[in-house]
Amino acid sequence: MVAGLCALALIVAGALVTSNDAALAVPDWPLNWGRLVPPLEGGIRFEFAHRVLALLSAVATTLLALWMQAREPRHWMRRLAWWTVAAVIAQALLGGAMVKLIDPKGLAIAHAAFAEICFGLLVAIVAGYYGGHGASHWVARLAILVLFAQAVLGAAARHLAMGIVPHIAGAVVAAGIAMWASLRTIVRHLDDGRYPRPALALLGFTALQIFSGVAAYAVRAAAVDDPQPMPLAVWTTVAHVALGAMILGAAIVLAMTEQES
Amino acid sequence: MKKIWITAGVACALTLTGCGGGGTPAPKADAGATPAASSGAATPDMENGATITGKVSFDGKAPVMKTLDMSAVPACTAAHKTPAKSEEVVVDDKGDVKNAFVWIKSGLPADKTWQVPTSAVQITQEGCMYTPHVLALMAGQNLDIKNGDPTNHNIHPMPANNPEFNQSQPPGAGDIDHSFARQEVMVPVKCNIHPWMRAYIGVVNHPFFAVTGDDGTYSIKGLPPGTYTIEMWQEKYGTQDQQITVGAKDSKTQDFTIKG
Repeated sequence: MVAGLCALALIVAGALVTSNDAALAVPDWPLNWGRLVPPLEGGIRFEFAHRVLALLSAVATTLLALWMQAREPRHWMRRLAWWTVAAVIAQALLGGAMVKLIDPKGLAIAHAAFAEICFGLLVAIVAGYYGGHGASHWVARLAILVLFAQAVLGAAARHLAMGIVPHIAGAVVAAGIAMWASLRTIVRHLDDGRYPRPALALLGFTALQIFSGVAAYAVRAAAVDDPQPMPLAVWTTVAHVALGAMILGAAIVLAMTEQES
Repeated sequence: MKKIWITAGVACALTLTGCGGGGTPAPKADAGATPAASSGAATPDMENGATITGKVSFDGKAPVMKTLDMSAVPACTAAHKTPAKSEEVVVDDKGDVKNAFVWIKSGLPADKTWQVPTSAVQITQEGCMYTPHVLALMAGQNLDIKNGDPTNHNIHPMPANNPEFNQSQPPGAGDIDHSFARQEVMVPVKCNIHPWMRAYIGVVNHPFFAVTGDDGTYSIKGLPPGTYTIEMWQEKYGTQDQQITVGAKDSKTQDFTIKG
């Protein structure tokens, strides 16, 4: 759970870095301005906080994997934990490569996409620990794929690799499938009270995400002539990114905890 | 099979963590690059060449520039008696447009190479702003980057046709020297520590270019006789092209008007 929260905080920190245009405020890696702690001013604060959280996340994930190796009886859960460690390390290397190669768009999008994968894997571990098994209906599994694809489209738009239209079109599809998956579960399990919680979360987050997406777009459109990233534009976008990760997490929990009757 | 995967993994890791970045990549010679100053390179003929002068004016109500929010970095705020404004569009009361870049876009003989000045063009980070906001130099000419602030900066030009670089420059650090090998109009420059900091560099492979001053005027001298496309670039309003024909020792005027 701690590792999962670390990963979510890391996604927020990463979104703050991108929104504040601070990705290259620290031009070296793995050191920071040639030392462990850089001068903490301007954009450096965002990038350094992101790096510190990345380190914490890597440590928490490794401790989780070690703990599961010792205590977890299910082989697939132990393997999942080590795959997560590998993904977190790969993600750190991707971040480093972005700095070294001066933020190529492809790597930036891959870094954003991999963040969702790392977070999703941690959510899957938590869901698995509390009894999830993964034998879900195909709609729930489809929702995970579509929501991930939508996060990638969002990252591509944010890093100016493509326009916003594919992300908006993707939002319609992703929201539709997420709602389908959640409503289907809610309707099927209204009586037992065990399964609707992740479905309700997925439905609620999706509704919020539609509003946050519209808000982020409207604020950015209004701020197009601003000479620098302003707090309102930054925070609406960061909230949109964080909610996107939470929706993906809810879809994973739903897919892992739903049981076909 | 396992060995192949391990080798591929190590190769990937080495690629990702490879050297470079953070520093200025050494410019590489390539086919499109302007050759360094050589004895065969031409210089503008100031005696017999033509002169084009002109003014860039704004027609309509000039946009009000927004105030820069430097409050996150006290050293930046302290450098300004009054809050600094964005320099995206600088227009005086008479409608004169400062910081427009004017250059000969086409018409010069393609096979002619021009002497690259040995003097450097300077850009300074002062009051957490790039000074000048718009500058120009020849491809291959040295750019001298100074930090005149008591605070940290990272200089990050983002060219499309030249290698990108990103380098930190703490207060008191030595100047950074850089040159762009290929023509590019314009190269945006930013500082990721202070996101309001922006500059634009015009890189041209001949010496016929200018940036308008406070009064909106420019002057291009020593131009060989011929018919040219002259282009004006402004950060917000983009480009305008005009055709102009000049003879030897001609003195012509070519004004540009930006409609608001």
